[in-house]
Amino acid sequence: MTPATDTRSWLQKNRMTVTPLLFLLPGLLFFVVYVISPIFQSFNISLYDWDGLGEATYIGLDNYRELVDDRAFETSLWNNLKWLALYLLAIPAGLFIALFLNQTVTGIRLYKSLFFFPFVLSQVVVGLVFSWFYLPRVGLLNAVLTFFGLDSINVLGDPDLATYGIIAAGLWPQTAYCMILYLTGLNAVDPEQIEAGRLDGAKGWKMLWHVVLPQLKPATFIAFVVTIIGALRSFDLISIMTNGGPFGSTRVLSFMMFEQALSEYGFRMGYGSAIAVVLFLIMLVFIGYFLWQMWRDEREARH
Amino acid sequence: MRSIIKTPLAALAATTLLSGMAMADGHGLTGDLRIFSDMSNPAPRAIMEGLVEEFGELHPGLEIELTVVDREAWKTQIRNALTANPPDVVNWYAANRMGPYVDAGLFMDITDMWDAGDFAGLESVRGAMTIDDRQWGVPYTYYQWGIYYREDIFNELGLSEPTTFEEEIANCQVIVDSGRSCYTIGSRYLWTAGGWFDYLNMRTNGFDFHMELARGEVAWTDERVRATFANWRRLIDMGAFIDDHQTYSWQEALPFFVNGEATAYLMGNFVVPHLREAGLSDDQIDFYQFPAIVEGMPMGEDAPTDTFHIPAGAQNVAAAQEFLRFVTSADVQSRINGPDGLGQLPVNANAEVADDEFIQQGFAMLSQNATGGIAQFFDRDWPAEMASIGMEGLQEFMVFPDNLDDILERLEDARQRIYE
Repeated sequence: MTPATDTRSWLQKNRMTVTPLLFLLPGLLFFVVYVISPIFQSFNISLYDWDGLGEATYIGLDNYRELVDDRAFETSLWNNLKWLALYLLAIPAGLFIALFLNQTVTGIRLYKSLFFFPFVLSQVVVGLVFSWFYLPRVGLLNAVLTFFGLDSINVLGDPDLATYGIIAAGLWPQTAYCMILYLTGLNAVDPEQIEAGRLDGAKGWKMLWHVVLPQLKPATFIAFVVTIIGALRSFDLISIMTNGGPFGSTRVLSFMMFEQALSEYGFRMGYGSAIAVVLFLIMLVFIGYFLWQMWRDEREARH
Repeated sequence: MRSIIKTPLAALAATTLLSGMAMADGHGLTGDLRIFSDMSNPAPRAIMEGLVEEFGELHPGLEIELTVVDREAWKTQIRNALTANPPDVVNWYAANRMGPYVDAGLFMDITDMWDAGDFAGLESVRGAMTIDDRQWGVPYTYYQWGIYYREDIFNELGLSEPTTFEEEIANCQVIVDSGRSCYTIGSRYLWTAGGWFDYLNMRTNGFDFHMELARGEVAWTDERVRATFANWRRLIDMGAFIDDHQTYSWQEALPFFVNGEATAYLMGNFVVPHLREAGLSDDQIDFYQFPAIVEGMPMGEDAPTDTFHIPAGAQNVAAAQEFLRFVTSADVQSRINGPDGLGQLPVNANAEVADDEFIQQGFAMLSQNATGGIAQFFDRDWPAEMASIGMEGLQEFMVFPDNLDDILERLEDARQRIYE
């Protein structure tokens, strides 16, 4: 019997390679058109002076030079740092609420959903509720303060306090989010290891630190990723609660970018793009780290 | 998307087809007329829809499509609307706010229509529509700014309408001593502070200086600008303004006035319906012109003007032009600005001014005692970018008057960059 010549077409022969590529293609296409190319477009526009309508003038790195001296940019950068640092508080807070709720009591489901509730609310609603809470004369916060004989404060009207006031509002839903991540993680904690730990005499903090937390590592990682990105993206709360004010003291980079490029008084596309590029580079540091971490974990899992 | 107007229009066209035909034939306008309007608040919206319906009756051959965009959203959406598939008529604002679209060639030059006398009675507002000696649209309404005050509280304290700044301050002292604030203001969205600056600067240095500053011809660190702020500071230091105003929007500042915790509000005439709705009768509120600071200096006034324009890419120019003629005609002007309509001032000199205490006072003020000139408003007279940085500085000054030097230097830096 002579070996039959392979009569299958090229497509049939390479089915195993072509099929996944074809499935990937639409996604890749969208990714390139709507994510990758705008990034490079932003880089490009940031080198121009352009109002979005007329001719764009090439000005090299002038937009970036202006950024260095721009006090609004400096404020925004500092505020971004404050957001990054303080927003991370959502992770330990979420963890402790999750540990607290991870028990079998009647009605625990109800409590869990109540704690999860703020995450379901739109950021706009959270912002509104908190700005009412902070209102100078009639807000709940000042009602409580005056009840205890303290001076009332105007949190959102004070340039030194306003950013912290907004971050506190942001922590409310973010803590709920981290809590849910940890609750799911806690389901996967191996009871045998807890048992073994207990036999070895681990209790309380030691048990948490040496036995439970290592098993929660995937949840912690995801909580970090969403919280850091959430902190850098903070926009809606600022827009709702202070609109960047008082006198620009609560701006962050994303808000400043919007103001410069797209708001009523803005339309400096080049300058806005330069801010976007800076924000992108900051995010890139974190995203790069996250990707590297995930790649490492996957490789370890394979070996 | 079907416009809500089309259905009644179609019905109207059917019923008036026979009777209306003869009248409409004369104009012979056909095709589509697409109008984008920012008159999204309930009363203006009804006016706009009424206008379209009426215009449709006059020209049954036209298929009119009205799109009403939220007024705030329109401030940014107009760019997309003008560049991609532009409509035939759009709403916008007068003076410098037209600048970016005029420069980019997106508004149609309608100087010919103005020259041909198509807009009889609008001569006095032509200036506000002019950039580079050409006209780029038509106004359809404007309104006065000034001090709205609680007449009942003034009577109770034995005060009368002041005409000089010293009287204003003397009044204010009495009001402060009675445990009230003189002025309510909500500066969260910044522009309300712009109104105060406009008036204090026009009264301290005159209308012409105010405009020079707007055009970037004078330094913000100029002594004359400082004089304006010094006058402002007198009011701030005596506690004339309500506390925490940086937290409130202009609407959120209304209850202070309504509850009598503050006795006056420097605002545009659009505040009046809000005050009436809140339960204040016309006996309780009244209006006076911002008092003179320098004796004998001609008074400049803020009177922002809203406009219609034809985009450069309009398809049905003939119909759009006819619509502009229609909307500025004396008869239509009287009706849309009447008390049942916008409750504002008609732009056509031959139109009737509504029989309303405030509109009448505003009309008298602007036609007789605004000899200095008529400004549009801080955020319309200054270039957008300068306006936004400027108003932020004004708000900061109102909260921390001691920061003045720093604020003025910042504004001066911005001026040198923006106007170059």
